[in-house]
Amino acid sequence: MRLTCPLCGERDRREFYYYGAEDYLHRPAEGAPLAEWDNYLHLRDNPAGVTKDLWYHEAGCSQWLLVTRNTVTHEILGAELVAERKA
Amino acid sequence: MRYSGLKVITEGLFGNKGWTPAWRDPSPKADYDVVIIGGGGHGLSTAYYLAKNHGITNVAVLEKGYLGSGNIGRNTTIVRANYFLPGNSEFYSHSMKLWEGLESELNYNVMHSQRGLINLFHSDGQRDAFVRRGNAMINQGDDAILLDRDGVREHLPYLDFDNTRFPIYGGLLHPRGGSARHDAVAWGYARGADSRGVDLIQNCEVTGIDIQNGKVLGVQTTRGAIRAKKVGIIVAGRSSQVAAMAGMRLPIESHVLQAFVTEGLKPVINHVISFGMGHFYISQSDKGGLVFGGDLDFYASYAARGNLPMVEHVMEAGMTLMPMIGRAKVLRSWGGIMDMSPDGSPIIDKTHIDGLFIDCGWNYGGFKAVPASGWCMAHLMATGEPHEVARKFRLDRFATGHLLDEEGTGSQHNLH
Ligand SMILES: Cc1cc2nc3c(=O)[nH]c(=O)nc-3n(C[C@H](O)[C@H](O)[C@H](O)COP(=O)(O)OP(=O)(O)OC[C@H]3O[C@@H](n4cnc5c(N)ncnc54)[C@H](O)[C@@H]3O)c2cc1C
Ligand SMILES: [Zn+2]
Repeated sequence: MRLTCPLCGERDRREFYYYGAEDYLHRPAEGAPLAEWDNYLHLRDNPAGVTKDLWYHEAGCSQWLLVTRNTVTHEILGAELVAERKA
Repeated sequence: MRYSGLKVITEGLFGNKGWTPAWRDPSPKADYDVVIIGGGGHGLSTAYYLAKNHGITNVAVLEKGYLGSGNIGRNTTIVRANYFLPGNSEFYSHSMKLWEGLESELNYNVMHSQRGLINLFHSDGQRDAFVRRGNAMINQGDDAILLDRDGVREHLPYLDFDNTRFPIYGGLLHPRGGSARHDAVAWGYARGADSRGVDLIQNCEVTGIDIQNGKVLGVQTTRGAIRAKKVGIIVAGRSSQVAAMAGMRLPIESHVLQAFVTEGLKPVINHVISFGMGHFYISQSDKGGLVFGGDLDFYASYAARGNLPMVEHVMEAGMTLMPMIGRAKVLRSWGGIMDMSPDGSPIIDKTHIDGLFIDCGWNYGGFKAVPASGWCMAHLMATGEPHEVARKFRLDRFATGHLLDEEGTGSQHNLH
């Protein structure tokens, strides 16, 4: 499996650290109800098909990427820099 | 038909013409007391104990493929009771006791072999942790023996003890740990359930769950609608999809775990050996193949196959630990879809929908749990109350903060 980093180009999967689903980008505000924290930390859509998840380009540019890929075929469909996303 | 040594001999003498199919192939009825979704190890054992322990026999197990086509036929068959946390400890201990009587219980040879499991350690700190784990196992009534370096050498003379990165300091021996034949476990429970009246329905995929006013009414399937008073979701790696049919979002992320087997060799590895620091474990099957594996591929996946980096990593770890296996040829590799929970422990619970139950979150340790999971899920579905040894496997423990994080790695799904 190879991922295409927007800064470094197509690189081997071993250069990246996988964190988890896109949900980790939606951190609840301080004082949010516990159910929101549960949702953020634990509950997942876990789709069989296209998903978005977070990868860290550990052995490259040290950027967090939001990768779009298919969990059934392992096809990589795109990646964007988390730092450049509009909230 | 009862199986016995005498039966094998007489059948052998008369051309093996008297064997009958081990279970029926019924068409689904319109109505059941209980429908189990998923014909893996856990679904089949649940159906078996519903019939055996609770007398509930108007039960169907709905399997989208063939029985045993999921993880139950893809795992590396380690059976152990070496858990540490209250909640896990009593559950796996219960499972071990059921394993020890399983063959006579099922009248089926599941080839359960208590050959001993050795977990290696490589530092003083790790040894302390293993002493603590061993004491927890003994307190639970199970067995654990701390081996020093020479003690490990007596059992496993072929390891590389002086590896510079991970020199072997010793190991924790769990004599009652071992392995079993995975397919046979599925087949044994299937046959036992069928003979007590349970309908095992294959090629029957559940596509919807019917719910009205907060109560389950039945399921939609590729073989038509089936009504049921109670429904159990027991589908391992596919839990999120099936739960979504009931509008639920689960604390599960599915990951791929790979495993490998070599060509058949003469007996050489007598134990189950686990080299945690290298993410590697190995045993030898009764057919002679070295069966081994490592860690997850680490990214969410529904492909029942992995990628090459983990293949390379596992081979390297194996060579590091026991250079002698380098000449063996790998015959096959495969992957299974693991239902990873955020604390590494399972869920056996009711849902917020009346009559709908769920059993999932087995991570990569659900084979050894097959007997106790079925026992406890059947108890829950029959009585409405959690079984004593599974009472901590609650669905809401993540929301309430009562996590069972055996490895202490935090709530990230792929770290357990
Ligand atoms: C490589 C590997 C090694 C492992 N090693 C070990 C080990 O050494 N020790 C250990 O204890 N555990 C191990 N495990 C884990 C263990 O195999 C699993 O935790 C356990 O088998 C899961 O429960 P199950 O048997 O019920 O799952 P499965 O056999 O996967 O059963 C689930 C069933 O549900 C069916 N299903 C899914 N969706 C639907 C639907 N919509 N309708 C109808 N049916 C459906 C599937 O087809 C499947 O047959 C390993 C797993 C893998 C992949
Ligand atoms: Zn990069």
